[in-house]
Amino acid sequence: MITKKRVAVVGAGMTKFMRRAQETGKELAYEAARMALDSCGLGIEDIECVTMGSAPDAFDGVHMKGEYLIDGAGAWRKPYMRNYVGGGTGVFAPIHGWQHIASGLFDTCLVVCEEKMSSCRPHPQAAFLTIFDNLTERPLGPNLVWIFALEMHRYMHVHKIPKEKIAVVSVKNKRNAMDHPCAQLAQKITVDDVLNSEILAWPVQRLDISPTSDGAAAIVLASEDVARKITDSPVWIDGVGWNLDTAYWTNRDLYYPQYVENAARMAYEMAGIKNPREEIDFAEPYDPFDYKELHHMEGLMLCKKGEAPNLAWEGVTQRDGKLPICPSGGLLGVGNPIAAAGLMKICELFWQLRREAGKRQVPGDPRTAVAQAWGDLMQVGTVVVMRA
Amino acid sequence: MSVKIKEYAGTPLREEDLKQGKVLLVDYWPKANYIWSAGTAIGRYLAELKNGRIVGRQCNKCGRIVVPPRMFCESCFRPNDRWVILKDTGVINTFSLSHITADATRIKEPLIPAVIQIDGTTDAGILHLVGETDPEDVRFGMKVQALWKPPKERTGSITDIKYFRPIGR
Amino acid sequence: MGLTEKIRSPRDMIHVEGEIPVNYLYTAGVAGERFLREIKENAKILGTKCRRCNTVHVPPKIYCERCFERLDEWVELPSEGQVEAFTTCHFDPDGSRLAEPEILAAIRLRDADESIVHRIKEVHAEGVYIGMKVKAAFKEKKDRVGSVLDIDHFKLCAP
Repeated sequence: MITKKRVAVVGAGMTKFMRRAQETGKELAYEAARMALDSCGLGIEDIECVTMGSAPDAFDGVHMKGEYLIDGAGAWRKPYMRNYVGGGTGVFAPIHGWQHIASGLFDTCLVVCEEKMSSCRPHPQAAFLTIFDNLTERPLGPNLVWIFALEMHRYMHVHKIPKEKIAVVSVKNKRNAMDHPCAQLAQKITVDDVLNSEILAWPVQRLDISPTSDGAAAIVLASEDVARKITDSPVWIDGVGWNLDTAYWTNRDLYYPQYVENAARMAYEMAGIKNPREEIDFAEPYDPFDYKELHHMEGLMLCKKGEAPNLAWEGVTQRDGKLPICPSGGLLGVGNPIAAAGLMKICELFWQLRREAGKRQVPGDPRTAVAQAWGDLMQVGTVVVMRA
Repeated sequence: MSVKIKEYAGTPLREEDLKQGKVLLVDYWPKANYIWSAGTAIGRYLAELKNGRIVGRQCNKCGRIVVPPRMFCESCFRPNDRWVILKDTGVINTFSLSHITADATRIKEPLIPAVIQIDGTTDAGILHLVGETDPEDVRFGMKVQALWKPPKERTGSITDIKYFRPIGR
Repeated sequence: MGLTEKIRSPRDMIHVEGEIPVNYLYTAGVAGERFLREIKENAKILGTKCRRCNTVHVPPKIYCERCFERLDEWVELPSEGQVEAFTTCHFDPDGSRLAEPEILAAIRLRDADESIVHRIKEVHAEGVYIGMKVKAAFKEKKDRVGSVLDIDHFKLCAP
């Protein structure tokens, strides 16, 4: 792959993630974007283009949400594009921004992701129901949790994973999130708390799931020459990958996210990574459910298929372990405003690789990290590799 | 969060704040009604369900037989070639025991959604429910068969199959 | 086949009818909350002013979209302004004919740099023109709820 310019992240910002915010979507986008600009001392006039990631209009209840958010996203009278691939959006938005600069078209780009799910009543889940085929699936009266339950159960069955080894991920991430100032659901829980929580659709229980949230995040991207003028410690986007699988989800074996592996291969090849397990210092895979973190670790080839639960159980994925996973606290601990959640992970990579993560700082000298998001009908994998 | 940043924006509201009118709200009930057409493939699929049959499609190039049927093979990216009448038996690929319904109402006796791989297809499954079994007895790989509604109750819907039930126990 | 037929009603084909079952509860936002409360309590219209470019925004925002500066200077605006654009509507949102045509206008309040949209009443449709001076007619305090409809309409300014 030939790119015209190397791209770095030079600034980042985010709002608190909350169950319901007073701020409008525009105000949330503004707060994150403003913070990102302030973090690197830039004004809006320094930004040449803006990309915005936001999940369905049906959540905020605003038609053409991309256009609605423009003024809060700093895109007034600028080249602007919206992107959306379900939950994968948060990691896809920086890829989209990366394309703007790597192509040689622009030198700076502001990437913003926003979600305000609390407007949707009685519960945002109702807007999700149309993800099921209206003719062949909705008449059965499915609940969104069913898809996750079916996938989780298949994963557990193929690799003979006991529930405790999955529950431990929820415990870890909510505990990690206690060091994250924006976290919505940071708390100390035990594996037993998870195993005793309400069974929604076995094997999914209440404490396996991340919350719905309102929130926004933003990053500033710059081409190499410009980045070096803005900051002494740019963080390079060295690899990007994205891949989607068929919507016929009942025609695939759900135990393994092949589309995440495909996206990861694309990103690793670009970044020159031959042995991800050895070369990646820490990772932020997407964790809307606890089993998903493990599912995605395997898709990212950070371990063998079926091995992730053992690594989690043995503490290898703790912040001070050999391969820290979700040091931020992930979606399970920080929150899940659909598009902003993935970008929060990118922000985490940025702060970690610059040693600015405070109490969440991964020890040692992390130089290479990977963030991944997932979305739609068990379909999309988006992967970004960043290096200090 | 960066150690350099002191304060993060965001004004959390609780459900009680909304009920007590602490903030001004606009309550909007959109009339979003839809008529979704079945299309060519699913049109036939549903019509055949009314006849008491499950049909799939086959691509001659890669040989895959798929259900629910579509008029094109997405891996070869070409139109596929023929209709295949399938058996109404299959194997449970994965299942769940759900204590929540579509609108999140809690139920004591679980619904058992499952992906059932239909015999005769290339590992193609459909979403349906499993019935006439104790939830404790459902197994991965279990053989099941469709229980059809009586012909005059069928309407041309996936629910013309009431559920799949275990066979050969 | 399919693509070459003219379909007159979707119900002629095999179909499923349904809905996306959601309703929405919108907050006014940080700026909107203050704006609407001031209208409700005091029948006053507020805007926010950008220190950098001097643009007066109404409805008020917490940010200037032009400069991307945070706006914290609130200004009280007069409730008079002029018509920047207008139209006469003969149909309601569902396509039914209105008993009385409605006049909608973009009105720029004096001292503001942006227009708001509202209804004009107490004047004949043919009598409305661009540049016409209008004034807000507020509802009685007991009828105000914290909505832009607390201004019932705009009417011609007394000469």
